[in-house]
Amino acid sequence: MGNPANAPLIDVDNLGVRLNTSRGPAQAVRGISFSLKRGETLGLVGESGCGKSVTALALMGLLPDNAVLGGSVRLDGRQLIKLSDADYCKLRGNRISMIFQEPMTALNPMHTIGQQVAEPLRRHKNYSAGQARTEAIALLDRVGLPDAAKRVDAYPHQFSGGQRQRVTIAMALACEPDLLIADEPTTALDVTIQGQILDLIADLVEERGMSMILISHDLGVIAENVERMMVMYGGTVVESGPTDEVFRRMGHPYTQGLFRARPRFGARKGTRLKTITGTVPELADLPSGCTFADRCPLVVDGCRAALPPVVEVGHGHGVRCIRTDVSMADRVGAVSA
Amino acid sequence: MSDPLTAAVGLPTTSVPSRPATGFWRRALRHRSFVLGAALVCLVIGSALLSLVWTPWPAYEIDIASKLKPPSFSHWLGTDSFGRDIVSLLLVGARSTILVGIIAVGIGLTSGVCFGLLAAARKGWTEELIMRMSDFTFAFPAVLSAIMLAAVVGPGMLTSITAIGIFQIPIFVRVTRGSANAIWAREFVLAARASGKGGFRITIEHVLPNILSILIVQATIQFALAILAEAALSYLGLGTQPPQPSWGRMLNDAQTLLFQSPMLAVYPGAAIAVAVLGLNLLGDGLRDLLDPRLARER
Ligand SMILES: Nc1ncnc2c1ncn2[C@@H]1O[C@H](COP(=O)(O)OP(=O)(O)O)[C@@H](O)[C@H]1O
Ligand SMILES: [Mg+2]
Repeated sequence: MGNPANAPLIDVDNLGVRLNTSRGPAQAVRGISFSLKRGETLGLVGESGCGKSVTALALMGLLPDNAVLGGSVRLDGRQLIKLSDADYCKLRGNRISMIFQEPMTALNPMHTIGQQVAEPLRRHKNYSAGQARTEAIALLDRVGLPDAAKRVDAYPHQFSGGQRQRVTIAMALACEPDLLIADEPTTALDVTIQGQILDLIADLVEERGMSMILISHDLGVIAENVERMMVMYGGTVVESGPTDEVFRRMGHPYTQGLFRARPRFGARKGTRLKTITGTVPELADLPSGCTFADRCPLVVDGCRAALPPVVEVGHGHGVRCIRTDVSMADRVGAVSA
Repeated sequence: MSDPLTAAVGLPTTSVPSRPATGFWRRALRHRSFVLGAALVCLVIGSALLSLVWTPWPAYEIDIASKLKPPSFSHWLGTDSFGRDIVSLLLVGARSTILVGIIAVGIGLTSGVCFGLLAAARKGWTEELIMRMSDFTFAFPAVLSAIMLAAVVGPGMLTSITAIGIFQIPIFVRVTRGSANAIWAREFVLAARASGKGGFRITIEHVLPNILSILIVQATIQFALAILAEAALSYLGLGTQPPQPSWGRMLNDAQTLLFQSPMLAVYPGAAIAVAVLGLNLLGDGLRDLLDPRLARER
């Protein structure tokens, strides 16, 4: 779209989100920055409640009206924060699409899957009913729905969870968006189906040259599916960098804890990461310094004084911790021993 | 990428597409309160329709000579103090009852649903304003609005319809907003917004169809309340005016003769009870039958 190939597709700078929770206003996302070029993939990982979905919804402009957004989100150079809802509607489902966690509830029970897949095409691309239907069948076929042509007129309750997630993927990709945000797309699915759905998403992202932000609480999913990753905790990014680099040299005690506590292969959804002591702090009373300080094994007084700066520990690999000398030395020692 | 595994694991639960409503009538006919309620409601509607083409005696014909007759072969339920045939009055009275109910509930339903949907879709101060307005309206019972309206435009059927209709609005606003908010919080609405649909489309395509059954049930119950209110207003002389017969007016007429001929009050009272009971049973039955948790195979 007249955009130099190396300019970022989406550029997020110091994004902050303030939400009204039952316990008063709370900073759910504090200062997230990243930028993605066309075709690049980014993973967002962290325990539940750390602000991953809020970040995604902020990019989509779908937060409640009383949410206060700060910073900047640019899509092809165009500022999206404070964009009117009518203008945002033209982008959603067209240039930015989103896939949700629960395929059981993400589809309207009253409409056929064909109608739901065809709908964005009719609205954003002005397809005729016939064209949209043909395209919907092709899409359903592409996402691997068996017998797409026959089942296009069936209702969501007639499909299994995995099939429904295929339908929502078809819906999200109908208008060939530039950016796909997948928020825990496989968390609600059986383990046997999870890999297939992730493979499907990866294939489609590559085939269409889309950018993708993949959100997961599962480090394994992130490791296999994205080029770069960001680890979130309490609304801040505590570590970010190229995926293989981060996995090779984890710098933040939280990332390391998350890695040690990763669910064994085959664990069912709902498995808790039990080995990091303590729980995710309430948003409304997050500590003023490092948000992880209360659970961190390496905590010193300095951690609570102020939010630690990002320390560059490798090429494009940043860690928001003042104790990387210890945390990474430890790790290096452990590996070499 | 093809995956025989998903195809095998995710076999469709049904192979023939079936609407969620399949089997509604089969279940309905087995539901006792639905069947009884529907029968009673049909009886009232049937009486009203019958009165359009036939009544045993002309309902408006005053025949003082044969006043207060006991039930007989020619006057099945006897005559009132003006010598009018009770059966004929009851039949024609059903007409006013239904007319007032339909129009009043129609007013309440259409405006209440519009405001309720708007409140749920816009949130913020729009919702606040609509809810405070509806609280305000709700504070005026139908009888009070009818008295005020009657003072301005005079009593009559139109007055009672308007008063009852206005009183119904806040009830529908609340029910609509409450259930619409629940739908707005569902993930498929978020998914629809993520696909670029605006508030109006989401309201029409996602919210309204999903709260329709709740509205139908509520409308049935409001219909019963409207009938009671109409009877009360006519009884007070604020509603349907003579000579137009109505069940409430018949009660009013019977009041002065309560000790002389108590049956004159029993007949319209029973008619009102049948209509109200029928509608309530029907509403309860519909509530069970339209319950999405039962209707959708989960
Ligand atoms: N609409 C909302 N109103 C108030 N608080 C919210 C809202 N949505 C999310 N939150 C809070 O924001 C925090 C981050 O939530 P979320 O982004 O959903 O976490 P996750 O990383 O699991 O996706 C949580 O503490 C949650 O309670
Ligand atoms: Mg989430």
